[in-house]
Amino acid sequence: MNLNELIDFAPVFDNLGQILRGFWTTVQLSAVTAVFAMIIGTVVAGMRVSPIPVLRGAGTVYVNLFRNTPLTLILLFCGLGLRDTLGIWAHGDASTSGYWLAVLGLSVYTGAFICESLRAGINTVPLGQAEAARSIGLTFNQSLRLVVLPQAFRSVIAPIGSVLIAMIKNTSVALVAGSSEATAVMKQMFDDDSGSVVPIFLVFAAGYMILTLPTGYFFGWLAKRKAVSR
Amino acid sequence: MTTTETASRPPTRRPKRNASVLFDVPGPRARRRNHILTVVFALVFLGVLALLIWALDQKHQLDGKLWTPFTKANVWQNYVWHGLWATLKATVVAAVLALVFGVVFGIARLSDHRWIRLPAGAVVEFFRAIPVLIMMFFALVGPPIIADAFGRAFDPLSGFEAVVVGLTLYNGSVLAEIIRAGINSVPSGQSEAGYSIGLRKSGVMLRILVPQGITAMMPAIVSQLVVLLKDSALGYIIAYEDLLNSGFYQVKSNYGNLIPAAIVVTAIYVAMNMALGYFANWLERRSRRSSRSAARSLGTGTGAPPAAGVGGSGVGLP
Repeated sequence: MNLNELIDFAPVFDNLGQILRGFWTTVQLSAVTAVFAMIIGTVVAGMRVSPIPVLRGAGTVYVNLFRNTPLTLILLFCGLGLRDTLGIWAHGDASTSGYWLAVLGLSVYTGAFICESLRAGINTVPLGQAEAARSIGLTFNQSLRLVVLPQAFRSVIAPIGSVLIAMIKNTSVALVAGSSEATAVMKQMFDDDSGSVVPIFLVFAAGYMILTLPTGYFFGWLAKRKAVSR
Repeated sequence: MTTTETASRPPTRRPKRNASVLFDVPGPRARRRNHILTVVFALVFLGVLALLIWALDQKHQLDGKLWTPFTKANVWQNYVWHGLWATLKATVVAAVLALVFGVVFGIARLSDHRWIRLPAGAVVEFFRAIPVLIMMFFALVGPPIIADAFGRAFDPLSGFEAVVVGLTLYNGSVLAEIIRAGINSVPSGQSEAGYSIGLRKSGVMLRILVPQGITAMMPAIVSQLVVLLKDSALGYIIAYEDLLNSGFYQVKSNYGNLIPAAIVVTAIYVAMNMALGYFANWLERRSRRSSRSAARSLGTGTGAPPAAGVGGSGVGLP
């Protein structure tokens, strides 16, 4: 093997369809997970800031449990535990069930981080804002809707963006649950054609960068635009 | 921000009341409602828990005999401690190498010379933008082929080495950003004062910026170690015998006790990471109080701005 063969991209472009299908699964996985993780994160954040101790406790347990467990363990448990042992989503197409188990594991994991970002955002709103809202006679709902949440949401754009970018990169672990996204395709190509691993790696790295970098700049731009001057 | 401003910030400790930005101090009616809701939600959670236990019991996942492997010393010895040792070894080696990587590239990105700053920035942003797992896969198969193209022979990396390489490159890049942000967080008056008393660039860096920056960046660095420790579980995928592989997968395969094995391994991971997390929080409280540094603490991560493009350092992310 010589240097020209080392960086010969021809074998990669022969498999372009397969690569694009892998990344399409990654994009779908990320989009669906983002929605579920936002829902879980918002609900758990609501629990953690509520005045009811049981809800606060449950929220804290959820966050500490899932934020401190490796994602690989969660996804492995989804595959081996939920599907193989307990028979959840065990029927039908293996890659479809793998996909939804990966969505479940990623959402549960990412939700814990979304929750913490939202909670930090709520805590950035000074107490004086809420006191001022109450003193001019706004009800609980009004002060939440008109004063507290708009400020909180603006300050969490950047942290949420970062959590979502990390989630896009984390979809690479979904192959543990049996989902055939980009990283699973890359591993398959490594096994099939070990001669051209360098171009394969570079193409997949570029693919992930195409997904993560624009997302990062978008959230950075949005956060700057919506920043609260304080 | 100058030192005096930092010192004159109002104390963050508020008088202990239950008021938050969302809820006022509850009156008698609100207290009664909260008590009722407490009972209602407690019952709901107990119901869900009971349902879960019932469902697991139906599948015979809670039988007492499934726990017997964990009453034997050799299971702990051969699987759990064996795996934990491998995980800690990979974590510690990768943490040390990542710190070295981070210091070198973090300071290189602050260089006055563009030919040092730009390549260092490109390396850091590249490794921060791609998943750790594909780095590990590449570390496993790439080096022998690259060596071959240059007419050399090179043995493939072991699982341990591939895990360490992947963790070092990714976390080292994040640490480089933390170190850059920590040094940038020292107010410019500090380095100006250093230059005005005749220090050179290296003197300002080593005697003024680094000592004060370290206080600001320590909590963020420890938070990143939590990420590193968790990511070491990726070793399972490339067949490294870490805690996840040996303590969970192999125990489960040999003894068929999925739930007990999952509980034991999860408990070990959560305990280690929470201990590191509390340590980071303690460091943060300490550095916020500290009057020895003019820099503001970077925080422990949850609210810190991160990821390429978003600006900042990406501390403690999933």
